[in-house]
Amino acid sequence: MARKITYQQAINEALDQEMGRDKTVIVMGEDNAGGAGSPGEDDAWGGVLGVTKGLYHKHPGRVLDTPISESGFIGAAVGAACNGMRPVAELMFVDFMGVCFDQIFNQAAKFKYMFGGKAETPVVIRTMYGAGFRAAAQHSQCLYNIFTHIPGLKVVVPSNPYDAKGLLIQSIRDNDPVIFMEHKVLYTMEGEVPEELYTVPFGEAAVVREGGDVTIVAIGRMVGFAQEAAASLQKQGIHCEIIDPRTTSPLDEDTILESVENTGRLVVVDESNPRCSMASDIAGIVAQKAFGALKAPIEQVTAPHVPVPFSDALEDLYIPNAAAIEAAVKRVKEYR
Amino acid sequence: MSETLNREGLLEAYRTMRTIREFEERVHNDFATGEIPGFVHLYAGEEASATGVCMHLRGEDYIASTHRGHGHCIAKGVDPVGMMAEIWGRATGTCKGKGGSMHIADLGVGMLGANGIVGGGGPLICGTALASKLRGDKTVGVCFFGDGASNQGTIFEAMNLATVWNLPAIFVAENNGYAEATSSTFSVACDNIADRASAFGMPGVIVDGFDFFAVHEAAGEAIRRAREGGGPTLIEMKLSRYYGHFEGDQQTYRADGEVQKLRETKDCLMQFRKRVTANGEITNEQLDAIDAEIRSLIDGSVAKAKADPKPGAADLMTDVYVSY
Repeated sequence: MARKITYQQAINEALDQEMGRDKTVIVMGEDNAGGAGSPGEDDAWGGVLGVTKGLYHKHPGRVLDTPISESGFIGAAVGAACNGMRPVAELMFVDFMGVCFDQIFNQAAKFKYMFGGKAETPVVIRTMYGAGFRAAAQHSQCLYNIFTHIPGLKVVVPSNPYDAKGLLIQSIRDNDPVIFMEHKVLYTMEGEVPEELYTVPFGEAAVVREGGDVTIVAIGRMVGFAQEAAASLQKQGIHCEIIDPRTTSPLDEDTILESVENTGRLVVVDESNPRCSMASDIAGIVAQKAFGALKAPIEQVTAPHVPVPFSDALEDLYIPNAAAIEAAVKRVKEYR
Repeated sequence: MSETLNREGLLEAYRTMRTIREFEERVHNDFATGEIPGFVHLYAGEEASATGVCMHLRGEDYIASTHRGHGHCIAKGVDPVGMMAEIWGRATGTCKGKGGSMHIADLGVGMLGANGIVGGGGPLICGTALASKLRGDKTVGVCFFGDGASNQGTIFEAMNLATVWNLPAIFVAENNGYAEATSSTFSVACDNIADRASAFGMPGVIVDGFDFFAVHEAAGEAIRRAREGGGPTLIEMKLSRYYGHFEGDQQTYRADGEVQKLRETKDCLMQFRKRVTANGEITNEQLDAIDAEIRSLIDGSVAKAKADPKPGAADLMTDVYVSY
């Protein structure tokens, strides 16, 4: 193997290969080609950050530019999914869920149940999330917890290029609506990615690092910070086990609980705001189901309960980091 | 016009409209006894619209409907017996009792669902129509919506998108005069909903929604054009509902005698019967026979619904993708 590509390239490759494999896979979104109806290039952007670049010419007629009309085209993706297609719609920034949420949570998520199991809605909504771009409050949030709350949605949060490709292919092949969360800071992350098609199953957490002292559950970009913290703690004689859930719905509770049964200590790292978050959810599950194993209170390392600030000075304070994780691990380790 | 429909076609149209009327009148009566749970919104009075449009559709064509969706369901071919069971919350219902009146759907006959969200269907029908266009199979999608939904952004977005993508989509605005309790003369800023069509680059047509033949003709033209790649149309049906927004609505916002006058002067079934019997094409006896047959069908559907079992505890957790 040993071929290294970026997280962004891994996503592009998954789309490209799946479009090649299955003619019902279509891609749509704002500027997914870019340049529709314009006098210049017809594949000008390939998405605002270029993630879908090149697909337009490789798959004629199947990469659709849309008006800036999220309810309209996200809903159209849902409708097309009900009529035999496998659309991958791009909601440019997850923050824009506010203008199309009805089509996601009242329509797509509920069809199968409301219609007595008679509807399949194989739609994927790819969306960018996360702080770190100095993009401020309306372009930086981590809202996977909101989608996770809704029965009927599957929610995928890849932390590295390998998982990004395998989970996206799984998302496209899945017959249910999938929210595929792409951290914008991770787009440039490089990693080993097989050239061939492969899937990473939903609901199977990755044990990123093994260790017996403290369990760290980290999501998305936070996995890297947890690894950084764990490397530093290792030198201090504290051995962390890092678990990356990879999908928040379904959530692999078993892997988390097994680890905590072993370590007795848990730190959950989540870039979201703290209330009603994945951090609080996972902490709640562990408190309920592994209470007897706990040797210390559960620590949650999250963003503070404020909107994402603009100034780099403030945004850097906002985002959880390795130092905060390290401090939390030490607190649970030293708890008596 | 009637010359486009042969005798069988006319009888079919009457049968569909009568089935919707009988179904709705029966739900109205049974709801009053307190036996039917939840909210129901009845389509009685608007039958010509669903029927005149859906007679042009095939099984593979899709429709998206509204909270007032029973008529669209029946006109598109959903089994009324299953629908009645659904409304009664039975395991034998169209959606196994999980959807209810506001969510009856049967994708097998191209019925993408009644919809509890006002304006929810517009984007969805753009999607089915996009799939039709990409496959090139000449199928179409029809979005039914009301005067209330005509003011929703989703409908604006959907109409814009339909023209931008040149989709085989037809937008049927059923203007029954009231969005819940608020008059469309208040809530719709322009004189006619159809006037908005030009803003989205599509033809807009105003139709007397009590007149089956006018509906059938206008819908036929729009659907034919859509099938041939000519793009979307907005059709506004001017009509009325005979019952409240929901069952139990006292309708104090309506004028005294408003509905009675419509029933006596405009009723779609009455007009239809008068017209087709006038020239001897069809006899009153034939239509009476259909009436009796439909009454028996609906009686049977209610009796069956009442006798059928409700869903069990095991059904609660099925048909959802991720369970905890």
